[in-house]
Amino acid sequence: MTATLAPPTAQEVPAKRVPWGRYAGIAVVAALLLAYPLVVTTSFLQTIGVMALTMAIASTGWNILGGYAGQISFGHAVFFGTGMYGTTLLVSDGWSPWLTMVPIALLAAAFGVLIGLPTFRLRGHYFSIATLAIGMMVMSILPNIQWLGATDGLSVPFLDEGFWNLTFSLRDKTEYYYTALGLFAVTTVAAWLFLRGRIGSYLEAIRDDDIAASAVGVPVRRYKLYAVAMSAGLTSIAGSYHVMFVTFVDPSSSSDLSLSTAIALIAVVGGAGSMWGPILGAWLVIALQEYTRTYLSATGRTIDLMMFGALIILVAVVDPRGLVNLIKRGYRRVRR
Amino acid sequence: MTLLAVDGLTKRFGGLAAVSEVSFEIPEGTITGLIGPNGAGKSTLFSMIAGAARPTSGRISFAGKDVTGWQPHEAARAGVGRTFQLMRVFGSMTVLENLTTAAHVRHRTKAAARAVATRVCAETDLGEFAHRPAATLTGATKKRLELARALATSPRLLLLDEVLSGLTPTETAAAIELIERVHAQGITIVLVEHVMQVVMSLCPRLVVLDFGKLIFEGSPDDAVADQAVLDAYLGA
Repeated sequence: MTATLAPPTAQEVPAKRVPWGRYAGIAVVAALLLAYPLVVTTSFLQTIGVMALTMAIASTGWNILGGYAGQISFGHAVFFGTGMYGTTLLVSDGWSPWLTMVPIALLAAAFGVLIGLPTFRLRGHYFSIATLAIGMMVMSILPNIQWLGATDGLSVPFLDEGFWNLTFSLRDKTEYYYTALGLFAVTTVAAWLFLRGRIGSYLEAIRDDDIAASAVGVPVRRYKLYAVAMSAGLTSIAGSYHVMFVTFVDPSSSSDLSLSTAIALIAVVGGAGSMWGPILGAWLVIALQEYTRTYLSATGRTIDLMMFGALIILVAVVDPRGLVNLIKRGYRRVRR
Repeated sequence: MTLLAVDGLTKRFGGLAAVSEVSFEIPEGTITGLIGPNGAGKSTLFSMIAGAARPTSGRISFAGKDVTGWQPHEAARAGVGRTFQLMRVFGSMTVLENLTTAAHVRHRTKAAARAVATRVCAETDLGEFAHRPAATLTGATKKRLELARALATSPRLLLLDEVLSGLTPTETAAAIELIERVHAQGITIVLVEHVMQVVMSLCPRLVVLDFGKLIFEGSPDDAVADQAVLDAYLGA
């Protein structure tokens, strides 16, 4: 059956060019990320760095499902919250924060699969609508759950400073920054390994055209479930880290709709469906968010949402493929 | 050997029978033309064979196994490749990535899938477009990619849904040459086509549907002499 019959006009398939631009990009971004806390020493700016890296992890999770598989979730705060609450509870039981991350991520993955099982049967936007509804449900149920601290929330117990306890001096955030950077690197590599072979191809095929995907042998529903599990797990790890940084979790800080929006928006602004999206988007969105919060209002709650709205419009108008594509276009122009 | 057999296949949408009690067999290694006026049920029949639509009643068997009501990905895995009447390429991927995705159905590793994709890409004359995003291709090239993508799944049976419609005479000739080349590899082909000239020259055997019913099965020469076929096309 595999008898090769060359066509009369057979052309060679040209080899793909070595992506030097990508390697250079990785080197530049890595250098900038490593140097940041050495150059920037104010607590405010270092906090922005820690927050940006944390949200980049959360958004890397979202990106697998939303950017690659094309299943837009408006409820990723639920998985982020799973990480925050889960890690707080286990750390209170004497666990090292690091050891809580994977088990809690598995729990979040199970939640994701639970949401996906009924909704992925349907085509179109039903999954998105379901995630929105579930986010709102969790938001109204949480304040009534006593063992999660109800409206008061939970505090992470005081731990001795040290790497194992993921607890450092708050005067200088350098240690938090570098641990967040390390975690970001690990999760990004995990996402890259997850996506680089058949799974990644299949998810992109589902995003582009799910009917064609099934016609070339993609078990669509099963692969969507793989995606939501990995996605929820990574976002939960970001939540686990975040709660160790802020040492407190309550319903509004963990499961809010604006947090869900931020997680999604970061990937979209940076470039949905690109490994670059989350890290680029996170720095822009978090920096904007923290600055508006500081200068424009006490809590910045509504300002956040207005800014998100403006950003969505800006991305849609300037380049729907996000910052990364803008940079790529610039790079190509310079090279010519 | 019979590769595909449909027996009493029926698909109803409410009160309307899109396909009604259709039975025929496709021997392995043949090219069969499936023709009929608009709305005759050709695409619905294709969908049922490829697993995209569930029959209301009747049976489909493929390679001797009853596969009635299977899922599209199961059909692909078993060796049924198909193209779509309205082109459904993976637009954000390059041509080679489209083919690699399809090849993954038989090859787990990226390297193996990519090797198959590269071979199919050259065989189908898509080399020059290998690294172009599929969304940027012309209609004719997209149709060619649809066919190439189905080939990359290493099918035993190819279901081609109007791969020639809308092509210029030059493009049509190239596409026919490609289909003949695919057939020479031993792949069984069933094609839905409106361009009668093409069907007549390419297919030694025709199956004709009208209003969901099978009205003729046989050679093109007999078809043009058949009163039922003439009535269906020219109006009784």
